[in-house]
Amino acid sequence: MEQIQTIPLQYYILFCSALFSIGVIGVLAKRNALVIFMSVELMLNSANLLLTAFSAYRNDPAGQIFVFFIMVVAAAEVAIGLALLVVVYRSTKTIDINALNRLKN
Amino acid sequence: MEILSILLLVFPFLGFLTIGLLQKRMNRNLSGILASAVIFINLILAGVLFGYVSSSNLTVETNLFDWIQFSNITIPFALSVDRLSALMLLIVNGIGLLIHIYSIGYMKEDEGVNRFFSYLNLFIFFMLILVLSSNYLCLFIGWEGVGLCSYLLIGFWFKDHANNDAAKKAFIMNRIGDLGFLLGIFILFTTFKTLNISEIAAKASLMPSGDLTLTAITLCLFVGAMGKSAQIPLFTWLPDAMAGPTPVSALIHAATMVTAGIYLVARSSVLFVLSPVTMNIILVVGAVTALVGGLIAIFQNDIKKILAYSTVSQLGFMFMGLGLGSFSGAMFHLTTHAFFKALLFLGAGSVIHALGNEQDIRKMGGLRKKIPFTFALFTIGTIAISGIPPFAGFFSKEVILTAAFEQGLGMGVLATSISLLTTIYMFRLLFIAFFKPESKELKANHHVHESPKVMLYPMAILAVFSVIAGFVQLPKLFSETQGFDNFLSPIFAKATSLVPAAGPGLDVQTEWMIFGVPLAFIGLLVLMTYNLFVNDNEISEAKGIANVFSNKFYFDEIYDFCIVKPVGFISDLFREFIDQTIINGIINGIGNGTLFVGKRLRRLQTGNVGFYLTIMVLSIIAILFFNIIL
Repeated sequence: MEQIQTIPLQYYILFCSALFSIGVIGVLAKRNALVIFMSVELMLNSANLLLTAFSAYRNDPAGQIFVFFIMVVAAAEVAIGLALLVVVYRSTKTIDINALNRLKN
Repeated sequence: MEILSILLLVFPFLGFLTIGLLQKRMNRNLSGILASAVIFINLILAGVLFGYVSSSNLTVETNLFDWIQFSNITIPFALSVDRLSALMLLIVNGIGLLIHIYSIGYMKEDEGVNRFFSYLNLFIFFMLILVLSSNYLCLFIGWEGVGLCSYLLIGFWFKDHANNDAAKKAFIMNRIGDLGFLLGIFILFTTFKTLNISEIAAKASLMPSGDLTLTAITLCLFVGAMGKSAQIPLFTWLPDAMAGPTPVSALIHAATMVTAGIYLVARSSVLFVLSPVTMNIILVVGAVTALVGGLIAIFQNDIKKILAYSTVSQLGFMFMGLGLGSFSGAMFHLTTHAFFKALLFLGAGSVIHALGNEQDIRKMGGLRKKIPFTFALFTIGTIAISGIPPFAGFFSKEVILTAAFEQGLGMGVLATSISLLTTIYMFRLLFIAFFKPESKELKANHHVHESPKVMLYPMAILAVFSVIAGFVQLPKLFSETQGFDNFLSPIFAKATSLVPAAGPGLDVQTEWMIFGVPLAFIGLLVLMTYNLFVNDNEISEAKGIANVFSNKFYFDEIYDFCIVKPVGFISDLFREFIDQTIINGIINGIGNGTLFVGKRLRRLQTGNVGFYLTIMVLSIIAILFFNIIL
């Protein structure tokens, strides 16, 4: 606890915001589905980190419990998402999301 | 005894179900026999009940089940057999049986014979509900049910469009009356908190005479009676109802259903005697209807139309009797009328059957020799309805005429002259159809044949009753005991005790006058019509005032102009303008608008995942900002 608190809270907030923004930009700018996935994970983890930071500063373990839950759900989500990507790759031989607009018709 | 009154309803209904459900498979000869057998059982049951009720003077009350139970409202489905309903039971089942048997012969060639008999049984079922029910709501079920059967049977030959129109006309006209009846029931319920007929009578007898609520109730009930019993202004459906098969005209539109109005008024006698205004209205409506019906009947050329207008006229005469306070007189005339009018209709059916669906009396003539049995029976009916002693019509008319003379000389003379109209139109019909030299149409028709026995025997039985039915009650002149009056007196005792006793009865001199003068006139009129119609002359077209009569006082035309045309105009307006332009416009506008918006919005669905993601992120940011700003 004390170790975490040696760094001021603002640093955590700024770091997490930066991490989150990188994730958002990654989602928006990249066309590779795998990279988009990673960006989404980045956003999730930035939120997780923020939760732990707040939890430590407030001496309230509830935030950390949240994080555990989020990690479990994220793991499940990744499993499904990657499975989808594998299927998409098998049928289209690419994971470029612009190729996915053929679902339109 | 209770079980008998339930069985009375069960048998015809079973008959209806069996014949109706198996009509595609059932042997066409079997259905008539089955239907008649059902009514025959019913007649025996009715006879037993009649004997029980008339000997014990008890009322058989049967509570089948509580039909409506809601907060403090309880309306049971209950039957009650008293002397009045026992009498109606005999009429409905007796005449019903004869007409069922007659129909076996009459409808033999018809392809819809099974359907016909199922409807007839259904009619008997509903008529019995009407007659037996002990409260006004159940009575209303029967009332509507017979109206339904009437509709089905008028439009029985539905392939001809005119028949359907006639059926619809009857149904709609009856609806107008039914609305009055319903309103009456509503007021009855709010006033008395019950619909049980005898309870209402007991409560109402404590009310003052001329009470406004009672007047409103009776007027509403009378509107219902007017519709069902074809009184002016709701009578025009009855002549058109002749579009149905002739046995139907005999059973429904002469003997039973159309007398439901009279039965209703007689049942509610206590209510009616307490509202003198309504009684006077009934008297006036009855008199005008009897007069108008009689006058129109004189100038008709269709054998069934003559009898139809005759029925209208006779029903008017019964209402006169009711209006004069002679409830048992009206019921007596109802009973005898049921016999001879059914006989006349069956006779007309026999004529139509013999001539191969010819109904125009101008194309008949000389039938006396061609179909002698029908002729003899028809003559008995004619004499009976004209009121010539000792046939039944004389005795029942006598009762009503006496009541009219007790009211005053003017009323008596009016009633007598109205009843004389009967003689004119009936003997005109008889002479033209049976005595006149054969018309050329008839000479050309070589298939004229007497009807089969299955049709003649029921007519013969009716003829016997038309002769002897009157003897249950001889005029006061000849007999001290008034059989029919005494029989029904328990029913009307309460009502008669409520009106101030009429002055001293008529003296013997007046009674002889009432007896003799009409007879002299009848003799004269028979001679006159004989001279007028039994010759080889063509029947001249009606001129002048007669033209008005032969055109039925232009009632149909007036209704057409005043009601049918405006309603048609408004319907056209609604259909063409309001529906087509406005409502359709709104609906189509909504549809087209949605299509238009959809076409534009479709552009958003690019299928480009990156685009979706951008939109998603931008939306989240927008929501965040929105929250911060607020």
